[in-house]
Amino acid sequence: MAQAPKVQLPDTPAAYDRDLERIEVELLLEAVYRHYGFDFRSYAYSSLKRRVWKRIHQDGLNTITQLADRVLHDPAMMEKLLLDLSINVTAMFRDPGFYAAFREKVVPALRTYPFIRIWHAGCSTGEEVFSMAILLEEEGLYDRARIYATDINEVVLQRARAGIFPLDKMQEYTQNYLKAGGKRSFSEYYTALYDGALFNAALTRNVVFSQHNLVTDGSFSEFNVIVCRNVMIYFDRKLQNRVHGLFYESLGRFGTLALGNKETLRFTEFEDRYEVVDAREKIYRRLA
Amino acid sequence: MTSPPIGYRIVVVGASAGGLHALRTLVSALPEDFDVPVVVVQHRAKESELLCELLQECSPMTVYEVTDKQEIGPGVFVGPPDYHLLLDRDGYFSLSTDEPVRYSRPSIDVMFESAADVYGMDTVGVVLTGANQDGAAGLRRIADAGGHCVVQDPDTSEVRVMPRFAVRAVPDACVLPLEEIGPHLAAIRGRRVPRCRSAA
Ligand SMILES: C[S@@+](CC[C@H](N)C(=O)[O-])C[C@H]1O[C@@H](n2cnc3c(N)ncnc32)[C@H](O)[C@@H]1O
Repeated sequence: MAQAPKVQLPDTPAAYDRDLERIEVELLLEAVYRHYGFDFRSYAYSSLKRRVWKRIHQDGLNTITQLADRVLHDPAMMEKLLLDLSINVTAMFRDPGFYAAFREKVVPALRTYPFIRIWHAGCSTGEEVFSMAILLEEEGLYDRARIYATDINEVVLQRARAGIFPLDKMQEYTQNYLKAGGKRSFSEYYTALYDGALFNAALTRNVVFSQHNLVTDGSFSEFNVIVCRNVMIYFDRKLQNRVHGLFYESLGRFGTLALGNKETLRFTEFEDRYEVVDAREKIYRRLA
Repeated sequence: MTSPPIGYRIVVVGASAGGLHALRTLVSALPEDFDVPVVVVQHRAKESELLCELLQECSPMTVYEVTDKQEIGPGVFVGPPDYHLLLDRDGYFSLSTDEPVRYSRPSIDVMFESAADVYGMDTVGVVLTGANQDGAAGLRRIADAGGHCVVQDPDTSEVRVMPRFAVRAVPDACVLPLEEIGPHLAAIRGRRVPRCRSAA
């Protein structure tokens, strides 16, 4: 798949009244929540607002209220907006240092468990799930692992289930894989088809992909590991705290929580309930 | 969040090619008790992590690499590579991995725009050396909100393109040689100054 030209985010109109803008955004989010059940009301405002304007420009509309009108009367428009609001950027072995640290500092503990349950929350198109599956496979742990991979967005989950990633990314991913401490030849894991790389189906035999909304859905099991990277940066502090409550409740004793590279527990109410496993890679262990 | 009683409440700085030297010069000229947060976006490679250390070496203020949801307060705050940096109205930073804007992530325009939205006329925007047009639209946004705009004199810039675009977007911005930008920021603290010399 040739790399699409980068979409230029249009600037939000300078002349727009900021207070009015806030009111319209809030009404839009309220409407989306009441009519469709997707709750974006506590997402970080500045970046959310930019994405709302991007949709408005792309559809040739003028105001946020016009967008609200369209979204309420046209489910296809809601689907587009959902894709806009859920940034799906991801990569295999993204931040290779994280996977290296996971191998070194978390895998030894996992070896002592008869069965390993992992939750990838906000897994997007699945790249990090396949990465984890490969890592566990190489560490001889895959057969006793079950990975629950969830996202708010059904469209990206469908892509994750297909397990096909752009072939032109494989060079970058191979580099990442090596930096992450990969033990084999990365090309063993996929078959090239036209412009896609089809990953071995065996990697997902213990993976369950399903839709789950971190804002509105509850806990559904008890896990040894929860991975939630680059998802909560889109939430405001209040919502981050709530979701951290959900994770805390869903982790077993001494369970591992992995956040994204630039995220931290420091600004949440849960800092004291975890110990730091790797400060740089944001890996934490739940205290008893 | 602490802020001085009157005057500007935030200084936002954008730099690209040649930025390291320019940023070092700027921050070394700020006094230790400069209590207005200084927020920096510098285009750089994904893996370059030394920037904060290099700035700390020559800054009397504390230099932070921003973590998501960190509070905005006194200090120099540098956005991490490969993330957009946004200021939220609740007084903290948010990061985002949205697609690059005009090929840049971090984007100076995105950061400037969020600063203008939240701080309005209390914003000072500074555009330094660079080889693209990032920062120009954002500086315009700060000007429209009534903030104060400063651009590095293209003739003292390692690369002139970015300052030139910025001046084109905001013709009455204050154009200053690199060495004078830090002292200027220190001098206008606690008061409010006209946008600058009228469009010369
Ligand atoms: C930037 S991607 C991160 C993907 C992956 N975790 C990574 O780090 O590479 C963020 C993902 O979070 C998902 N997301 C956003 N809001 C969510 C919510 N309320 N519940 C579950 N997933 C959500 C988005 O659909 C998107 O796929």
